[in-house]
Amino acid sequence: MAKEFWRWKEYNWKHEDIDWKTGSVISAGVDVGSVSSQAVILVDGELYAYANMRTGSNSPMSASNAMTWALENTGMTLEDIHFTVGTGYGRVNVPFANKTITEIACHARGANKMYGNSVRTLLDMGGQDCKAISCDDRGKVTNFLMNDKCAAGTGRGMEVFADLLSLPIEEIGDLSFQVDEEPEPVSSTCVIFAKSEATGLLREGWPKNKVLAAYSSAMAHRVVSLLERIEIKPDFAITGGIAKNSGVVKRLEKEIGIKALTTTYDTQIAGAFGAALFGMALCEKSRK
Amino acid sequence: MIANFGYKDGSGDFFISIDTDKCNGCGDCVPVCPADVLEVRDNEFDPLAEDKMAAVTEAQRKKIKYACSACKSETNATLPCIEACKLDAIVHSW
Amino acid sequence: MISVGIDVGAKTVKIIMLNNDKIIARNKVLSGFEAKENTIRLFEQVISDAGITRDQIDSITSTGSGRKDVDFATHSVTDVTAAAKGATALYPDVRTVIDIGAEEGRGIRCDEKGKIVDFAINEKCAAGSGAFVEAMSRALELAIEDFGPLSLESDKEIPMNAQCAVFAESEVISLLHAKTEKKDIAKAITDAIAARISSMVRKVGFEKQIAVVGGVAYNVGFVRSIQNSLESDVIIPEYPEYVAAYGAALITGNQN
Repeated sequence: MAKEFWRWKEYNWKHEDIDWKTGSVISAGVDVGSVSSQAVILVDGELYAYANMRTGSNSPMSASNAMTWALENTGMTLEDIHFTVGTGYGRVNVPFANKTITEIACHARGANKMYGNSVRTLLDMGGQDCKAISCDDRGKVTNFLMNDKCAAGTGRGMEVFADLLSLPIEEIGDLSFQVDEEPEPVSSTCVIFAKSEATGLLREGWPKNKVLAAYSSAMAHRVVSLLERIEIKPDFAITGGIAKNSGVVKRLEKEIGIKALTTTYDTQIAGAFGAALFGMALCEKSRK
Repeated sequence: MIANFGYKDGSGDFFISIDTDKCNGCGDCVPVCPADVLEVRDNEFDPLAEDKMAAVTEAQRKKIKYACSACKSETNATLPCIEACKLDAIVHSW
Repeated sequence: MISVGIDVGAKTVKIIMLNNDKIIARNKVLSGFEAKENTIRLFEQVISDAGITRDQIDSITSTGSGRKDVDFATHSVTDVTAAAKGATALYPDVRTVIDIGAEEGRGIRCDEKGKIVDFAINEKCAAGSGAFVEAMSRALELAIEDFGPLSLESDKEIPMNAQCAVFAESEVISLLHAKTEKKDIAKAITDAIAARISSMVRKVGFEKQIAVVGGVAYNVGFVRSIQNSLESDVIIPEYPEYVAAYGAALITGNQN
């Protein structure tokens, strides 16, 4: 069977030291994207458990699957959760959600928690979209732009390239720097045409890492043009899967001249995290 | 808050921006658009608030280059939606 | 007078040779990665097929995305000029030409002489070009020649949300997993690409007769979808992929 280079690791995680039974508000957020889905569970606003997996082709079940996996070994069931918020492209398919909220608001709220309230500009590079968001110190959205029409600047674009070059997607960030000198970016923004262009370069004898560098450069540049539309103000942070790709992140930082904040949280859970925080706020509001 | 609706693809950047601090949800812009590009709906970007705002419909959001082309082909004319908005809340990026 | 039209496309090079405006030779080859060398070799082949010698040729016009690379051409013309000229020469009532190549889609309005009135190009984006159809036929595991006929077997209208070829590929796979029949998906794809191209054509405004040229015109499913979308029948010339080369050959040096 052919190795699937585009496949990144799916996993779940649980906080060992929190006893959820003593929590006052247990909220959850489920982010169903077109490529990946995450379920996050908070106990009084602290991250308790989460799961990150591929949405796959069966979107209606993705939310339940992600939630089941997040709940694994916690002793918690859906009934113990006080408020669940669904978000993401597939948010209509979160049957157990009490409310759905747009992922733009959720990412801003999540980033505010994950990176701190100094974040003012947020870039989310998801599986099939790219979002540029300006927010205030409370994580409230003040300006935003989302592009989900074109694969360039999205995770799918990167997956296509990892597959073309037969390189595992989790390694392509570092590999793109293993070049003698930084090449010019590929000229096509379109992933399909960039793929043809890359095939030509490989035939000319370009090593894979160099092609990767050229494509990462083009992707970073494209994303910057979207960011500039909403005005880039520090502090700057990146969420989503591509935040884990140093090849794109470092080139992007270089172009805008600002270093992105780092976090110990998993960047892919930002949407679900923000959703769960909204869940907590809405639960507290309803209890008053 | 500025909400930018639209897209960027190989042919360029096309965005309609609504300033929700200015927009009061009056809906004057909706009927003047010959392509049904705009509608008034809940401000979903601030989940804790309850106001309404003008927005681009999901059906037209990724096609605005073509949907808006009829009005834009008339040179030197102000676009009907921008003309209709007395609060200057609408901006076209192209 | 012997004139040659060379259309160096993103995927295929087409050459037409005319003797006093009558076609005496026609041939094509994949552009590949050595488009320039392949063009020269094809040119020599066409000369040999026509049974003439190089010095008998009075005019060589190049067109297509690689037209500047044809060093031996006497002059070059743009794709839209060539397509409009070729289509109106074949069918004098044509006033709108839809030219869908491997990587570009063009909507052209012209007068009875093939002179351009207005045009729109969908470039740099695979959706709305042959590349989209190819990517989809790969996703459906169908040979491209079977794509069109299969889509004709369906009458369903399944909307496709994705406008990008990369996203559409994922959408096709989801549809397959949901047990949607291939013929219905094939039709959904031709409808999607036709809708995209119709928007572009409406932007320049269309007038009958409408001709569809370029390789994608062979896709009978696409032809049906575009006729439905524009609510008009269209003309498909014989050998639609050669129309631009034909038009180029007709635009000899003195007419430019």
